[in-house]
Amino acid sequence: MTIELDDPKRFRTLVGQAHQVAMNMLRPISRKYDLAEHAYPQELDMLAAMIDGLADSGASEGAGAAGVRREEGADGGDNDRGNKNGANLASVMSIQEMCWGDVGLLLSMPRQGLGNSAIASVADDVQLARFDGVWAAMAITEPGVGSDSANITTTAVLDGDHYVINGEKIFVTSGDRADHVVVWATLDKELGRAAIKSFVVAKGTPGMRVERLEHKLGIRASDTATIIFEDCRVPKENLLGSPDVDSGSAGGQGFAGAMATFDNTRPLVAAMAVGCAAAALDLTRELLAGAGVEVDYDRPGQTQSAAAAKLLQLESDLEGARLLMLQAAWLADNRRPNSLEASMAKAKAGRVGSDVTLSCVELCGAVGYSEAELLEKWARDSKILDIFEGTQQIQQLIVARRVLGLSSAQLR
Amino acid sequence: MSLLPSLRPGGRHGVATTETRDPIGYLVAGLSRLAQADLLDRVGLRKHAEQAVFTITRTGFSTMTRASRTFARAGVAGRPGVRAPSSQVTGQFDITPTEDQQLLVDVVTEFATEVVRPAAGAADAACEAPPEVLRSALEIGLPILGLPEELGGVAEERSATTGTLVAEALARGDLGLAVATLAPGSVATAIGLWGTDEQQQTYLPAFSADVNQEQAPAAALALSEPQVLFDVLRPHTTATRTGDGYLLNGVKSSVPRGADAELFVVGALLDGAPVLFLVESSTPGLRVEADPAMGVRAASLTRLTLTEVQVGSDGVLGTTDGTTYAECVRLSRLAWCALAVGTGQAVLDYVTPYVTDREAFGEPIAHRQSVAFKVADLAIELQAMRLLTYKAAGRAAAGREFGQAVALAREACARHGMQIGLDGVQLLGGHGFVKEHPVERWYRDLRAVGVIEGAVLV
Repeated sequence: MTIELDDPKRFRTLVGQAHQVAMNMLRPISRKYDLAEHAYPQELDMLAAMIDGLADSGASEGAGAAGVRREEGADGGDNDRGNKNGANLASVMSIQEMCWGDVGLLLSMPRQGLGNSAIASVADDVQLARFDGVWAAMAITEPGVGSDSANITTTAVLDGDHYVINGEKIFVTSGDRADHVVVWATLDKELGRAAIKSFVVAKGTPGMRVERLEHKLGIRASDTATIIFEDCRVPKENLLGSPDVDSGSAGGQGFAGAMATFDNTRPLVAAMAVGCAAAALDLTRELLAGAGVEVDYDRPGQTQSAAAAKLLQLESDLEGARLLMLQAAWLADNRRPNSLEASMAKAKAGRVGSDVTLSCVELCGAVGYSEAELLEKWARDSKILDIFEGTQQIQQLIVARRVLGLSSAQLR
Repeated sequence: MSLLPSLRPGGRHGVATTETRDPIGYLVAGLSRLAQADLLDRVGLRKHAEQAVFTITRTGFSTMTRASRTFARAGVAGRPGVRAPSSQVTGQFDITPTEDQQLLVDVVTEFATEVVRPAAGAADAACEAPPEVLRSALEIGLPILGLPEELGGVAEERSATTGTLVAEALARGDLGLAVATLAPGSVATAIGLWGTDEQQQTYLPAFSADVNQEQAPAAALALSEPQVLFDVLRPHTTATRTGDGYLLNGVKSSVPRGADAELFVVGALLDGAPVLFLVESSTPGLRVEADPAMGVRAASLTRLTLTEVQVGSDGVLGTTDGTTYAECVRLSRLAWCALAVGTGQAVLDYVTPYVTDREAFGEPIAHRQSVAFKVADLAIELQAMRLLTYKAAGRAAAGREFGQAVALAREACARHGMQIGLDGVQLLGGHGFVKEHPVERWYRDLRAVGVIEGAVLV
């Protein structure tokens, strides 16, 4: 026990590798797939195979989409006196590096979908084995339902050994490329959130089709699909967790359990925002240095140039966001509740991500705005990170409710 | 021609020199003079004004510095002093204080809650820390927290993290009183960190003296100066070499409890590099005047004027190449970050029950997102400030480079800390603006972060 907030030493190799991959594999194709929206980045197949290999060898330290699973008695490695630096820290740190490379490409990484995180969080051991090695997208949002995911209208009706799913899902990241989709549907709309369950649906299941792909502001390398379910029959064993609609059932099963996935994935999205912003800041720092502007850390901002002062402010905000991200992951590694801290991290990283990337474009002027550099791309990519997996305002709601001790009925 | 400048309105009363008076302006200015004189006599304020207490007003009142006790020279000149070892690096990410640190924080938190907070309002108004608070601070050993055991202190290793946690806990009680109680220990810590054997043996025994026998001295780290766009690394105060020492000239501001201080650490430019000098308060050429400010008033801030102050060759604390000075500045900024975090926590602790109790339009105002989101942002930025501060502290304690980490923490604590002070008042509305609630004091105190240099150090 001691207060030490530097990056953990044991992940130095992992983070270094992720940085090299981001620099040498993602950056060279970053602009290519930004321009060629909806083209499949086949370069990622080889990378995904390499990541699988790392995971099997244990060299990945448990990082990745499956790293959010909280197993009892999991060993954090060479940890002293109970302090654990484990898979959650490894995940946020390596995702940060990959997103320093390219957020869209990281989101397109085979077998690392948000659906994989959901499976890792909610599935029982049998399901975990059955869905090992799949690439799962996550389908929650509907045309009329966004942040209020308890109101989803997609239905699942039990018919013999199958659930029959009907509804329309939008904004499904990797919805076209993934081989499976985790779909949220209600067993009985009258019963509210207790009846909302998630189902793993394999691509090619009759009754499920990708309707269209979105054209987006940023993360264009990642496909965002609309998926229609029409009498889509899914084996009933594909319902993740318990089929009970008892609202009093233990957490980890029902809607609360599904929502708990977000406690695990929010630090990951914070990591994406931090990585993207760090990319912009790194380049801007160098471009400004070329123009004769360098931050003197011992002198207050107001005694330096406006550009240097701004750079100092951005760097401070980014480091604050990064530490909140590390804190949320560290709490998860140590099996402590982190819902509040996860939302703090995502709220701060989301807004800082936008501020940093947009400010970097401003600081670099026409150089920043032009497609000749990647700064304008990062300023477009970062916006989604303050929206998906819970918008800025949803994070503020969660934090406010927890800090003020208010229920969702009191603070709506 | 000589009359003209005095008829111009600018350069005084916060009026820019570019302003001019028209005939109406002259008339109003004349009436104003008359009204002021009349008013003072009519309500009997004249007497009061003339008797103005040194600590509250700054109507030109100045005095000699306090006659210091005799610091008997001891130890060996030139021999390096005792240094606390750096803390052990685990290489792990960890936000858990050690058991010793937690025990200490618990003690200080109790002191801050039971003693400091109740005294804060009156101390702010009086511009003075009450003797009981100062004495209790001595009893819990605040001045010697940063000293290694060999020097009469309690620290087994480099104390930056412990000092940070203590400063945070104290400021949760009150920032002004935190500065008042931490100021002497800051000088002791500085001597522990950079003093020669002689300097340590001469000055430190007084700080660790038995509270019942002898009062530990007040002491102050004087780095700030009354300059616009002040760069602490280029102080206007100068040191010039004389035959057997140095001659110091300049003005220092925001010096906590300067009128009581028996020992100053003064920053001055020597041969182009900033250097720290130990100056005893009885040295001729020192004058101190009250310099009350917007906040941090309980720390009795003063302005210290040095006129041809002679310091011996043993008066330099640390190196003369600017490295000691820079480290001092960084450690001082770290302490201010911790104070900002503690004060921010006080604001959050205070507004939380207020907004959930206070009703408007038939329900608690906390049920409104515009109110609740302000509290959420306050909590988020506060935690980010805290982690940035802890990271810098951890690096300092481990003996690692921490200049950048401190700069990032200070930037956040100055900007977001002030926002917390601002929102603290806003969330209470009109009630936040009156002294019935402490949020207006925290608002004034938090403006000091990023402005005052020196005064405290961890």
